[in-house]
Amino acid sequence: MTAPPANAEPQKESMGIDPYERNWIRFSIVLLVVFLTAVTVAGFAMGFQVPGEEARVDPATITEAGPFANPGVRQIAPGEFEVYVVSRTFNFDPAEIVVPQGATVTIYVTSQDVQHGFKITDTNVNMQVVPGQVSKLTYTFDRVGEFPYICHEYCGIGHAAMFGRVRVVPPSEFEEAGA
Amino acid sequence: MTISIERPTRELTDAEKRFVGWHMLVAIIALLVGSIFGPMQALQYSNVDLYQYLEPVIRSYYQGLTLHGVLNALVWTTFFIVGFTTLTTIKGLARPLSYPKVNWAGFWVMVVGLVTTAVPILLNQATVLYTFYPPLQASWAFYLGLTLVVVGSWVSGVGFFLTYRDWRRENPATRSPFIAFAGVLNMAMWQIATLGVAVEILTMLLPWSLGLIDATDPELARTYFWFTGHPLVYFWLLPAYISWYGMLPKQAGGKLFSDSLARLAFWLFLIVSVPVGFHHQFVDPGVPTAWKWIHATLTYSVFFPSMLTAFTVIASLEYAGRRRGGTGLVGWIRALPWKDPSVAAQLLAGILFLFGGIGGLTNASYNLNLIIHNTAWVPGHFHLTVATAVTLSFMGITYWLVPYITGKQLVSPRLALVQVWTWFVGMVIFSNAMHVLGLLGAPRRTPLGDAPYVPEEWNGHLLRTSIGGTILLVSVLIYGWIMLRTATGPKADPEDVPGIPIAESLRDPQLTPLWLDRFKPWLIAAGVLIVVAYGPQLWDQITGIQLNAPGWTPW
Repeated sequence: MTAPPANAEPQKESMGIDPYERNWIRFSIVLLVVFLTAVTVAGFAMGFQVPGEEARVDPATITEAGPFANPGVRQIAPGEFEVYVVSRTFNFDPAEIVVPQGATVTIYVTSQDVQHGFKITDTNVNMQVVPGQVSKLTYTFDRVGEFPYICHEYCGIGHAAMFGRVRVVPPSEFEEAGA
Repeated sequence: MTISIERPTRELTDAEKRFVGWHMLVAIIALLVGSIFGPMQALQYSNVDLYQYLEPVIRSYYQGLTLHGVLNALVWTTFFIVGFTTLTTIKGLARPLSYPKVNWAGFWVMVVGLVTTAVPILLNQATVLYTFYPPLQASWAFYLGLTLVVVGSWVSGVGFFLTYRDWRRENPATRSPFIAFAGVLNMAMWQIATLGVAVEILTMLLPWSLGLIDATDPELARTYFWFTGHPLVYFWLLPAYISWYGMLPKQAGGKLFSDSLARLAFWLFLIVSVPVGFHHQFVDPGVPTAWKWIHATLTYSVFFPSMLTAFTVIASLEYAGRRRGGTGLVGWIRALPWKDPSVAAQLLAGILFLFGGIGGLTNASYNLNLIIHNTAWVPGHFHLTVATAVTLSFMGITYWLVPYITGKQLVSPRLALVQVWTWFVGMVIFSNAMHVLGLLGAPRRTPLGDAPYVPEEWNGHLLRTSIGGTILLVSVLIYGWIMLRTATGPKADPEDVPGIPIAESLRDPQLTPLWLDRFKPWLIAAGVLIVVAYGPQLWDQITGIQLNAPGWTPW
């Protein structure tokens, strides 16, 4: 960092990167590549996937025809379920989803009015709910218990009261209930 | 072969100081008013409802939240930034604005827009929060006002560009002075970025609120919004970086460590801060996962210039600390002028930004976003970034800037130090609690004091949020008092008035490669990248538009 002597040759244009900084740049690039690889493998090879493009609907007619006309849980195969949820100010229909432990559940959500959110506590299920669009995620409930699903997008004055819950029950209890 | 160039200096004229001062006045008033509502939200988390005492003027938590977001995140930032970067541009270029009337016109259009936006918010006709997602439908005046604020900032931007163009003609061989270059670049990025929200409002929301069309396509609106929404955070952040790179080293007694990497970082922000918007829509329907993943990748690449910034800024400060006699691994940190409130504010802002950056990387990490999307983690995150890295830095800047433009002395630097530290401590408590709440599943934008689903284990964190918010309220009140007393105090002896701190570069900036000082190739690269990373999906959504979501006002 000493000044060059007055009679020195004029220096050439260059980046003039300090050796430490050069190493820092290498470290930064490696770090970001490692992170990107991790989320990519988790997402596309291990199934920790975000929602994507699913289907479009007309918010004015969803309650009249189509799967959202009868919201609720349906068993589609042994251990496999699908749930259709309608969001509206300020509740979810259904307000309770009961599935047996170990169930793989595909959840479809849409909105009848404004935007809402759908996040099941303690799970990876987190979806923006947008009128005109169907949000979809699949999740396997391995633990018995109650898991609230909470509206996490501001939707109006009653937003804070908008929630429902998933009840995951032991398989024996689920069959007794005659579901 | 390079030519060493004697750089001229020039002080701002009284008229220029007045121009900057008007921006600061609006900005600081917006910050003070908006910040009253923040702690009210934080206290609501502990069931202390102060909103009831504001009725019928302010009718709900959400109306207060709208004011807090619009005034603090949009008005305080935008007015401060236009004022501050006007100062850095003309000071850096050592020449006046080419067409000051253009810049004044920009300012007044922004003010008219601000008033037009404020009226419906105060009348509870625009309780849509600062993201205004349709089909929540605000009064047309809200959308019109926002449009005018953006258009005003564009007009000011044109004033910047013309001034820069003229300077470049007068100085064809000189490297642009860093603080001017960076201010102009930030305005250029802003003009590109705001195209998204401009299209959203002009083609959808404004005609809809006026009754010209019946319904909207909310997913398309979200895509437009986040085209602007993410570079918006860089529009806030880059002026703080201008100070960290180009001014703070001088205040701390050092120099800018690397002029060329500072410029490279800014160019990277210009080209990659826009085509990353889908990382705000990771859990949206209607956007294919492939595009989300591409934007995740690009978001990682916009993290890279912040890593460069971390090194260069810290190296510049270490150089300063060692020049001041600091020794050892951390001794240089202690040797920095922590007693100077402007310096302390920016150092503390930088420390919390390290955590804000790590949290931001989490948000951007594709499927990790499933854990925290729309939870309290997110406001926890951006209170470290925009509300500390940006806001606390801006406060620190005003500690020399307001005295400079008013010709006064800062009232009570000791109290200013108290203000700076209370902001830091309050934000550490508040933000940590919000991050934890988010991980536990607490939603954002929700008066959790009223929510029926709150489990007991959240209560301690809700209380910490309230405590942090209260400390922040004290801090912002002290800030308002210092600003008021400084601006209304007696004129000081000119020798006691601080000047504009400009850090020299360790290396002659003339040695910085020419390609780091030319706008055209970078602007073209920015445009190409946007077309590649946004074009196809945007085209799909526009051609597939379904206007089937009519408006609602459920507040």
